[in-house]
Amino acid sequence: MDLNFTPEEEAFRAEVRAFLADKLPVRLSDKIRKGQHLTKAEHEEWHAILHARGWLANHWPVEWGGTGWTVMERFIFETETALANAPRVLPFGLSMIGPVLLKYGSEAQKKQWLPRILDGSDWWCQGYSEPGAGSDLASLKTSAVRDGDHYVVNGQKTWTTLAQYANMMFCLVRTSTEGKRQEGISFLLIDMATPGIEVRPIKLLSGDHEVNEVFFTDVRVPVENLVGEENKGWTYAKYLLTYERTNIAGVGASMAAFGELQEIARTQRRNGRPLSEDPQFAARLARLEIDLENMKTTNLRVLVAAGAGAAPTAESSMLKIRGTEIRQTIDDLMRRAAGTHARPWLPESFEGGWNGEPVGPEWAGPVATHYFNDRKLSIFGGSNEVQREIITKAILEL
Amino acid sequence: MDFSLGEDRQMLADSLRRFLADKVPFAVRKTAAFEGQGWSREIWGQLAELGAIGALFGEDVGGFGGSPFDVAVVFGEIGRALLTGPWLATLQAGHVLAAAGRTDDLAAVIDGSQVISYAEEEADTWFDPAGITTRATQSGEGWVLDGAKTVVAFAGSVDRLLVVARAEAGLSTFLVERDAPGLIVRDYLLIDGGAAGDVAFASTPATLVGEAGSAGPVIEAARALGLVALAWEGVAVMDALRDQTLDYLRTRKQFGIVIGKFQALQHRMATVALEIEQARSAAINAADRFSGTRVERERAASAAKATIGKAGSLVAEEAIQMHGGIGMTWELALTHYAKRLVMIGHELGDEDFHLARYIELGHELATA
Repeated sequence: MDLNFTPEEEAFRAEVRAFLADKLPVRLSDKIRKGQHLTKAEHEEWHAILHARGWLANHWPVEWGGTGWTVMERFIFETETALANAPRVLPFGLSMIGPVLLKYGSEAQKKQWLPRILDGSDWWCQGYSEPGAGSDLASLKTSAVRDGDHYVVNGQKTWTTLAQYANMMFCLVRTSTEGKRQEGISFLLIDMATPGIEVRPIKLLSGDHEVNEVFFTDVRVPVENLVGEENKGWTYAKYLLTYERTNIAGVGASMAAFGELQEIARTQRRNGRPLSEDPQFAARLARLEIDLENMKTTNLRVLVAAGAGAAPTAESSMLKIRGTEIRQTIDDLMRRAAGTHARPWLPESFEGGWNGEPVGPEWAGPVATHYFNDRKLSIFGGSNEVQREIITKAILEL
Repeated sequence: MDFSLGEDRQMLADSLRRFLADKVPFAVRKTAAFEGQGWSREIWGQLAELGAIGALFGEDVGGFGGSPFDVAVVFGEIGRALLTGPWLATLQAGHVLAAAGRTDDLAAVIDGSQVISYAEEEADTWFDPAGITTRATQSGEGWVLDGAKTVVAFAGSVDRLLVVARAEAGLSTFLVERDAPGLIVRDYLLIDGGAAGDVAFASTPATLVGEAGSAGPVIEAARALGLVALAWEGVAVMDALRDQTLDYLRTRKQFGIVIGKFQALQHRMATVALEIEQARSAAINAADRFSGTRVERERAASAAKATIGKAGSLVAEEAIQMHGGIGMTWELALTHYAKRLVMIGHELGDEDFHLARYIELGHELATA
């Protein structure tokens, strides 16, 4: 048993910290710390900074611009960037379509698309869910019919995150209604500028605009934009859902948020004493901290096993469940800490450059929107109920 | 980073596991646990020969282990086998003896010839030694004790007691012979197997161990090690409950199908599995931080006990529930594992006690 990082890993951590101190613009980390929205340009700016250092695609193979990092180094990088309030790397290009192309794409497709993910030429979005196909993704209906050297796509996608910024979509479409539902699905790359595509915003309960509906009416997609084989798209889609889930728990981000919560509990006063000395609140805080410490070690155990060649399935699902529960609990305690000041809703304060007067303490401004917005965590990426199915399948072997 | 126990510890675990599985079948262990003295001194002696006691103590004091991960291995196997005996008391008492340099006394414990128990808790202490009222007074060359201890492990059948009492100088530790004058034991069986006793002292002669008034830090560290032990025992019991319950879900049929096909049970089983892995991480953390600063050590120990307490009730209750009626029977091994797991929650402080303690230590950390 040895729970220490190696000297090499500690040196790597120091290198990441030095890089962040040097290159992470305070302008961006300030916004993240305050819970403000990043603009499209700010997301792209952070990607470009990482790309310039060669650290953007940290889990890709070196020959395609990856870093060759171990799982532990990737974990350290994720943790340190989160603790420094760096923006998160958007997953759509780097962790979703990138790995699918690397595994199943043609040489031509890899050469065409992968460099454009790295240099920021393309912003990808994910066309998976449909109004009738959520957890039961295989029931999707958006159709693609072959017409000469094109597919003609008709239908609707939904919950498409940041589609308002995207110029490309990787999309699951139905190319056959014969046989098993899973065997009639194909994986297409669609240029969002193609005629017949309409993106409509969905306003979330928190007031945020993150997700969209995307409508397709006779959208013509060139056949060279088919990934792999026709009707094999389900395999590729599933690969994407199991790829690189060792950091799924979001330990770094939760550690950063917990640190902030602790600070608030020490300074915010209730009934003449700090919240951290309120027995009810202190108990909630302690349970959360213990859960977080336990999860950190569970995550490290999974990383070490994965580094030794194991393919965690049930373990990744456990991390997804507990990781999202912990994050939601942090949001929950932030909201409780704010008391009456959780309620005032000043959406303009969530944008950069806002100079208005906050109602109550500044930190309290976004806590309720975060709480409501983060209910999504246990719903997306395979709902926590779907994760429980995965766990039972693995351990019950029925 | 490395989460394996290492070759030597794995060998010790394997040899204890083989011995317990081959030589002492569950039925024998169960009879020993619930009849007579609540344990088997014969099995104790055999395990001492295999090194199970020596593994709990460092080489400098006559053992051959003593690291928290050695303790983890031994208590993991005790948990897996649901074995009764004064294991925890031996661990705590032995570490007090070791800290005081009483290696002769400890040697007799390690080779199994002397069996010792540990008497700290009183009716009103509620897991906190600050409330100890058993009084130690100097009498001539020696000391005498007056007061009473409760739920002292196997008090009726051990050879000696290591007693924590309050002298004028403060908390101190003493050795008391089981047949000492003025010592009265009322012994009883325990719901989770094994036995304990209430011990009353009336001018009972005792031998001071260590310096008078200086026991506080020693018994705190011994308890932290005890918490590591209980955490690993608890996780092993949880593993056993999970495996037995999974087997049942795979084979028990109702409505024409195995009950493991029902989603209501699947999701609950997934939660059980998840909580066990979190508990395992807590046990690892407690063992790892044992060699850190006092606050690190104590926080991780309390975090582990709070985690084991919370997860333990869930795992035990779910295991019984998913077994239905059969899960209510004395016959089934599973039910005894469930009882042990819940009662581990009542040893050395329960979930609430350790959560409160974790909070308190956090304040110490913040103001340090």
